[in-house]
Amino acid sequence: MVLESKIPEGPLAEKWSKHKFSLKLVNPANKRKYDIIVVGTGLAGASAAASLAELGYNVKAFTFHDSPRRAHSIAAQGGINAAKNYQNDGDSVYRLFYDTIKGGDYRAREANVHRLAEVSVNIIDQCVAQGVPFAREYGGLLANRSFGGAQVSRTFYARGQTGQQLLLGAYSALSRQVATGKVKMYTRSEMLDLVMVDGKARGIVTRNLVTGQIESHSAHAVLLCTGGYGNVFYLSTNAMYCNVTAAWRAHKKGALFANPCFTQIHPTCIPVSGDYQSKLTLMSESLRNDGRVWVPLKVGDKRKPEDIPEAERDYFLERKYPAFGNLVPRDVASRNAKYVCDEGRGVGSTGLAVYMDFADAIKRDSLKVIEARYGNLFEMYEKITGENPYNTPMKIYPAVHYTMGGLWVDYNLMTTIPGLYALGEANFSDHGANRLGASALMQGLADGYFVIPYTIGDYLAQMPYEKVSNDRAEFKDAEAKVKETINKILSIKGTRTVDELHRELGLLIWDYCGMSRTKEGLTSAREKVRALRNEFWTNVKVVGTNEEFNQTLEKALRLIDFIELGELMILDALDRNESCGGHFREEFQTPDGEALRNDQEYAYVAAWEYEQNMHAVLHKEQLKFENVTPSTRSYK
Amino acid sequence: MNLNLHIWRQPNGQSAGRMVEYNVKDISEEMSFLEMLDVLNEDLLRKGEDPVAFDHDCREGICGTCSLVINGRPHGPYTTTTCQLHMRSFKDGETVYIEPWRAKAFPLVKDLVVNRSAFDRIIQSGGYVSVNTGSARDANETPIGKEIADEAMNSATCIGCGACVAACKNASAMLFVSAKISQLAMLPQGKPERKRRAEAMVAQMDAEGFGACTNTGACAAECPKSISMSNIAMMNREYTSAKLTSDAV
Ligand SMILES: Cc1cc2nc3c(=O)[nH]c(=O)nc-3n(C[C@H](O)[C@H](O)[C@H](O)COP(=O)(O)OP(=O)(O)OC[C@H]3O[C@@H](n4cnc5c(N)ncnc54)[C@H](O)[C@@H]3O)c2cc1C
Ligand code: FES
Repeated sequence: MVLESKIPEGPLAEKWSKHKFSLKLVNPANKRKYDIIVVGTGLAGASAAASLAELGYNVKAFTFHDSPRRAHSIAAQGGINAAKNYQNDGDSVYRLFYDTIKGGDYRAREANVHRLAEVSVNIIDQCVAQGVPFAREYGGLLANRSFGGAQVSRTFYARGQTGQQLLLGAYSALSRQVATGKVKMYTRSEMLDLVMVDGKARGIVTRNLVTGQIESHSAHAVLLCTGGYGNVFYLSTNAMYCNVTAAWRAHKKGALFANPCFTQIHPTCIPVSGDYQSKLTLMSESLRNDGRVWVPLKVGDKRKPEDIPEAERDYFLERKYPAFGNLVPRDVASRNAKYVCDEGRGVGSTGLAVYMDFADAIKRDSLKVIEARYGNLFEMYEKITGENPYNTPMKIYPAVHYTMGGLWVDYNLMTTIPGLYALGEANFSDHGANRLGASALMQGLADGYFVIPYTIGDYLAQMPYEKVSNDRAEFKDAEAKVKETINKILSIKGTRTVDELHRELGLLIWDYCGMSRTKEGLTSAREKVRALRNEFWTNVKVVGTNEEFNQTLEKALRLIDFIELGELMILDALDRNESCGGHFREEFQTPDGEALRNDQEYAYVAAWEYEQNMHAVLHKEQLKFENVTPSTRSYK
Repeated sequence: MNLNLHIWRQPNGQSAGRMVEYNVKDISEEMSFLEMLDVLNEDLLRKGEDPVAFDHDCREGICGTCSLVINGRPHGPYTTTTCQLHMRSFKDGETVYIEPWRAKAFPLVKDLVVNRSAFDRIIQSGGYVSVNTGSARDANETPIGKEIADEAMNSATCIGCGACVAACKNASAMLFVSAKISQLAMLPQGKPERKRRAEAMVAQMDAEGFGACTNTGACAAECPKSISMSNIAMMNREYTSAKLTSDAV
């Protein structure tokens, strides 16, 4: 299989404009003859569904949530980047492009990233026009902050609830189209398979989560906007129900899965407190602007933080990275927190935490200023931990947060299956091996508002109007297979609960395919994950029936896909004999412990083809850097 | 700690429901309320019994999915969401009553899960600014005073959980509806459609079967996001002036 990225010819800054011109158009009067299925109504899906309906296409939108407003995008706190340069501090489309490519450790496509930076400015305009109440200055203009170590202030935000406000904006646009009848909305409806007719994506099979009814829906194209797979780790900052099922079922039908081992571990989360823990809470990265990260100098120092004098503290990020200090990229900050804890210098009851201290910031700027900046975050921290961060340092530890990997897509966002597109966190496209803060919201909305409305026309313009009936054998077969899987799971009646097995999977992936990986560890983990798959199919316990609201069955169906994905992540991590971004292989590091990238051999996108029993086949898309020269990321 | 739970069980909207008693043991103070229910559900599953269905997702207090009336109060004893309620707020040996949101406009799905799509239909009736993708002008061309932006943001923080409805003896949705109407009425972007919006959203709210507002303030008192009653006052003004000068025929 040859992977055609379809990157347009020409100078970087002109590629997208030229490409838009060369794409075929669907005549306005003919758009209503095409049906498009959009699975997922988070930022990517809601923005795509609304925009496509506005153009005149018939959209059917699906979400397993009870309302589109609940998608995980709602939880994003910090902000969204855009190259507006409102602050006159040297930002530009090119700088945002450059920062994103470099931040991704040179494992993303130049052309895609440049397009993302270009359309970023339109996103802010669009959202403001929808009534998104971004933070403003007294003069009435939009406020910006510097986020996640960026050297310019290009992040737009709405208090600590940026994702919520952006999603509610996209949801309002979607709701308006539902009211016009151009979007038919299916809530509590989960896609369980992709249906192909003559080699093209022509529909999906869903389960109605309230009644258990298995249904088929047909269309001329299918968009997967189904989010990331961070919950393969069980514990993550993702919402509990985020899952990989839609993407994975498409993968099994032929869509290649790219860079699955590129996962992001966020440095500032509230540490795990016990075995019952169901999810991890992110403390916004913006805290690193003022919080100083430290651990005791001595191993096993159990004194209270306020009893440890300055001279006996190790501000390890400031020490190792004087230029960037506490604002080093996420992967670097996370790994270093792990190192000090591995050395036995971690704090808190589990020893798996480091301090983030605001005492100096309060002394410098006053309590009032810090309260205005982080008030609601501090309050949230106190609610969860029972500790007041104004008086005592926060405890934080890294947690899984985002997945850069996802379905392989070309420049048009089409997967290797004709007519199947992937948008938002579900695709692999723009963040390479590490995502910069405030760039996921930007990408989701770029894909949905400003990319897919153009690129999908090119495909549809070449499709006949005829609809395929969902009575066809392809649909009936897919429905039958879904029912068979459900019946099989219900009939096992074993002894292990779904959560138990999921926790076990999560620990395995965290230990062996998390912040630091080795060939040996990965090889043994692969066997363990295979054994777990077997354990699932022989010993899982799910009660009840399909024909009812059955949350355990829902979870079981998602878990089995996570288990298979876990194995693919391991294969991918084994293949990549280098360290880059979120992927750190201990065998490949510099003498002072920094990541050692290998551009000679690994400057490629690893796109995996599904084969029975997880004998995945690797295809490589070579990355070409024509505008930036890959350099070693140095934050010293 | 050990707790004595009384939980509403109802297989679906068509059958009758009842309170069922359960005991949970060794609950840690650090657990969230939903993690306590997870423990109960794991126990039930191991015994081959049907776990208690409840809605949740983010467990961070922002998605608005979780619900539950706990000891008679939506989201429990504090103004927070159930997912952000921790077991340190309960005492060893305490009896806890757990029920679903109860409102005609929120039909029951199963156990503690209700259908809140009435809220979606209210937004569909007018809770938006009519602007197509691509037709926006530069974001800084319309300055908006910080005070107004902040005030709009206060209204916009509503998470659509429905606690206001569950708290109200009339099951009124005024707080939810008014928060959206106020947010958009305050902002220049929302002004052109404000009359139409107020009329349409209020009409949809009535059509869904939500009750009338008698200004008891129970909604705002229980709102996990502290949406204020002033939104309702603003909505009443919006609605009255829309009706007085209505363009609708
Ligand atoms: C706590 C947290 C904070 C974050 N903060 C930031 C930030 O400040 N800035 C930033 O840029 N990024 C941030 N991110 C990342 C960002 O929020 C996400 O990457 C982004 O919102 C993903 O959007 P999405 O539309 O791709 O997917 P989602 O919002 O996850 O939406 C997925 C949709 O797909 C549906 N779905 C999934 N599978 C199926 C199926 N099988 N059938 C039917 N429907 C399905 C779901 O119901 C949902 O509607 C944060 C992430 C987390 C976890
Ligand atoms: S689960 Fe999201 S608000 Fe409680």
